Amino acid sequence: MTNEELKYSITELLPVATYDESGEFLNIIIPSDELIPLMKELRSKKEFDFDYLFCLTCIDWKDHLMMVYHLLSKVHKHCIVVKAKITDIQNPKIESVNCIWKTAELNEDEVYDLFGIRFLNHPNLRRLFLEEDWKGFPLRKNYVDENMIKL
Amino acid sequence: MVITGVCLLAFLVVLCFFLGYMERKVAAFMEIRLGPNRVGPKGSMQIVADTVKLLFKEGLTPDGADKFLFNLAPFIVVITSMLVVAPIAYARDFQLWDINIGVLYVSSISSMAVIGILMAGWSSSNKYSLIGAMRSGAQIVSYELSIGLSLISIVILSGSLQLSEIIESQANGWWIFKGHIPVIISFVIFIIASTAEINRAPFDLTEAEQELTGGFHTEYAGMKFAMFLLSEYINLFVVSAIAATIFLGGWMPFHIGGLDAFNHIMDYIPSSIWFFGKTFLIIFIIMWFRWTFPRLRIDQLLNLEWKYLLPISMVNILLVTAMAIMGWHF
Amino acid sequence: MLLGQDHITEEGEFVINMGPQHPATHGVLHLKIGLDGETIKKIEPHLGYIHRSIEKMCEQLSYRQFIFTTSRMDYLSAHINNQACVLAVEKALQVEATPRAKAIRVLMAELTRLASHQLWWACMGLDLGAVTPFFYAFREREAINTIIEETCGTRLTQNYMVPGGVMMDIHPNFQKRVKEVLKQIKEKAHEYDELLTGNVIFQQRLKGVGYLSKEDAVSYGCSGPTARASGVSCDVRKLFPYDGYEQLKFDEILNTEGDSWARYLVRLGEMKQSISIIEQLIDNIPEGDFQAKTKNVIKLPKGDFYQRVETARGELGVYIVSDGGATPYRCKFRSPNFSNLSAIPKMAEGAKIGDLVAIMATVDLVIPDIDR
Repeated sequence: MTNEELKYSITELLPVATYDESGEFLNIIIPSDELIPLMKELRSKKEFDFDYLFCLTCIDWKDHLMMVYHLLSKVHKHCIVVKAKITDIQNPKIESVNCIWKTAELNEDEVYDLFGIRFLNHPNLRRLFLEEDWKGFPLRKNYVDENMIKL
Repeated sequence: MVITGVCLLAFLVVLCFFLGYMERKVAAFMEIRLGPNRVGPKGSMQIVADTVKLLFKEGLTPDGADKFLFNLAPFIVVITSMLVVAPIAYARDFQLWDINIGVLYVSSISSMAVIGILMAGWSSSNKYSLIGAMRSGAQIVSYELSIGLSLISIVILSGSLQLSEIIESQANGWWIFKGHIPVIISFVIFIIASTAEINRAPFDLTEAEQELTGGFHTEYAGMKFAMFLLSEYINLFVVSAIAATIFLGGWMPFHIGGLDAFNHIMDYIPSSIWFFGKTFLIIFIIMWFRWTFPRLRIDQLLNLEWKYLLPISMVNILLVTAMAIMGWHF
Repeated sequence: MLLGQDHITEEGEFVINMGPQHPATHGVLHLKIGLDGETIKKIEPHLGYIHRSIEKMCEQLSYRQFIFTTSRMDYLSAHINNQACVLAVEKALQVEATPRAKAIRVLMAELTRLASHQLWWACMGLDLGAVTPFFYAFREREAINTIIEETCGTRLTQNYMVPGGVMMDIHPNFQKRVKEVLKQIKEKAHEYDELLTGNVIFQQRLKGVGYLSKEDAVSYGCSGPTARASGVSCDVRKLFPYDGYEQLKFDEILNTEGDSWARYLVRLGEMKQSISIIEQLIDNIPEGDFQAKTKNVIKLPKGDFYQRVETARGELGVYIVSDGGATPYRCKFRSPNFSNLSAIPKMAEGAKIGDLVAIMATVDLVIPDIDR
């Protein structure tokens, strides 16, 4: 499907979604609690069939956190980017997509480790790289480390 | 007796130095590189330097280890491999202990090495060592059977357990030539099974560096580790010497029954050269295995023994017995 | 982190820690393995022993500097990592590299892939207990590294690519040397087959071991030879061509078996394809500039930019979020090894310890790329 068709079909599914088409891919911006229903549709519906989650990450925009999911369909060869906005930066949490794409397990561990987002229904949420008692989340913009050298 | 014993020990140590050097050079030859070439002429003193290094290293005993067994194990391993050296005939009329049950003695003593290895693995208090020791138990006990059966085929043909008599029986031709295909099969099985018995690649599952980081001797350092190396090389020599004695006539020169003139010419070559020539040929073949084959997996290793080697040896024994009874061999 | 505290331990289970210091993990990977006898019940990867937080460092580095941190990720495909970053910056700036630069980049990338696969082949034998192949593969790999060194000045972390092209022109001997090495590799190819491919023990160690189904390969996000051995068509050079790969003739090597042996064959096939790509290009490097003009201080427009390339191990993605400044606002590297690692517990279920070593060898993990 082209970006226009994707946009049309997704608007039918989720009217609250907003779009950003400035880049290479179609970006869909949704509130974080709408994530799982939309993702399940994107994975299971034959005309979408997004079976390959090739990039899962997070961006800290200071006033909110943005989860970014890059999806590709191996069948239709179309790509889409789903961005889920998390407004509660004190205690951020979002549903895990591990039940849809298994690659999410380690990727979400990584995001938990570096951004501090808690994933609900994650089978084994743990700090992947840093120690269990590490203070703070390094990729957050407000993270301070006095040992860090400014280049 | 004491003097002979001391001489034998000195001989074994020198032999191990030589085998260590040979192994490195053979490995280098297989791996298109030079091998040791700095210490001494052609690198021949490299192994001496290594020994000195090992001597000066601290013999560490891990905290959780069973200290007594941990320190005892390397000695048991070395002692068992040295015991097997006793009945070997190095040249004509040069045998330290011509026991009348020579073959039986060799096969029973050599199977005791597993006790030392199990002890080392168990007492190290290291999980990798434990897995290595367990593998070693399964492996040595299984391959013992094939070794025994292939030795028995020659015992049947020569009608004696005594090594000197077995050698004498090959005066008119070595068993590998006289015994047709069944003896060749026995010989091949003996080489495969004894490679497994002495834990060398491709059957080095007890060490399995890439899987178990060193297996049963992971925790050993310094001289205690050197003991394991020493016993590995003595074992290598012993199985090659036994194979040379049983199948290739030991010190017996290459004789063809009936051709007396040819046999006399062969007799001019000293018998010790015949013995060591054959032994080192087999040592080279075993080293060749080591540097070309990948390692087997534990279940494949046991499959090879129980599904292939053991049934083949059993059928082979039948053939050899029939051959001996009917007098089909030369 | 150590024994007995994690949820992996169940009553009566034998847990061993494979790594972070272990000969077969090729670095500081730490796998915690629950065993039943020698059979693997469960694997849990513990990472971070070589975590340098490259993504955080990139947020402070300019768009010319951040490229060089990526050489330290998958150090065996350093050229290709650099290429990904450079392409991402070019995509954002809407600059295109000169034709000569593109050809040089592809040549270097394929030489890197060849060298990387040779190192994999060498370690493959080593992991399965055959030491000799190591030296045979390194003979050719060293020759390739010497060629790369002549042009780039370094052997491993080349840092040769810059936005708009490459840092300097190729060495005058480059074409001659490459042809010599290709000739040598082709002449010696039969030695590889004789040493490992045709060996019965080797085949038995790999066939039917570490099976990964097509669905699982997609779901776990596998890419590169690991996914292609399971029948997933995922060669970025074919699907999303970059730097002129669309004009070159080469095949995507696919295999549907999904076991370690299939992965082995796919990588061997890829080596042949790389040689063919280099042969097509080596006499056809266009004349002209090796670098397009770019500003000294690069500032990307506001927005997200994603660029993927095919490294020797799979799909590397560079995701740059720019707020219009001279440094990335957020930089994410989607590394192929990270996803491939997540499939290893699945592949090794019910296998033996020896099988796990074989699986890790065929997946060809590079640990600094996982940890970043």
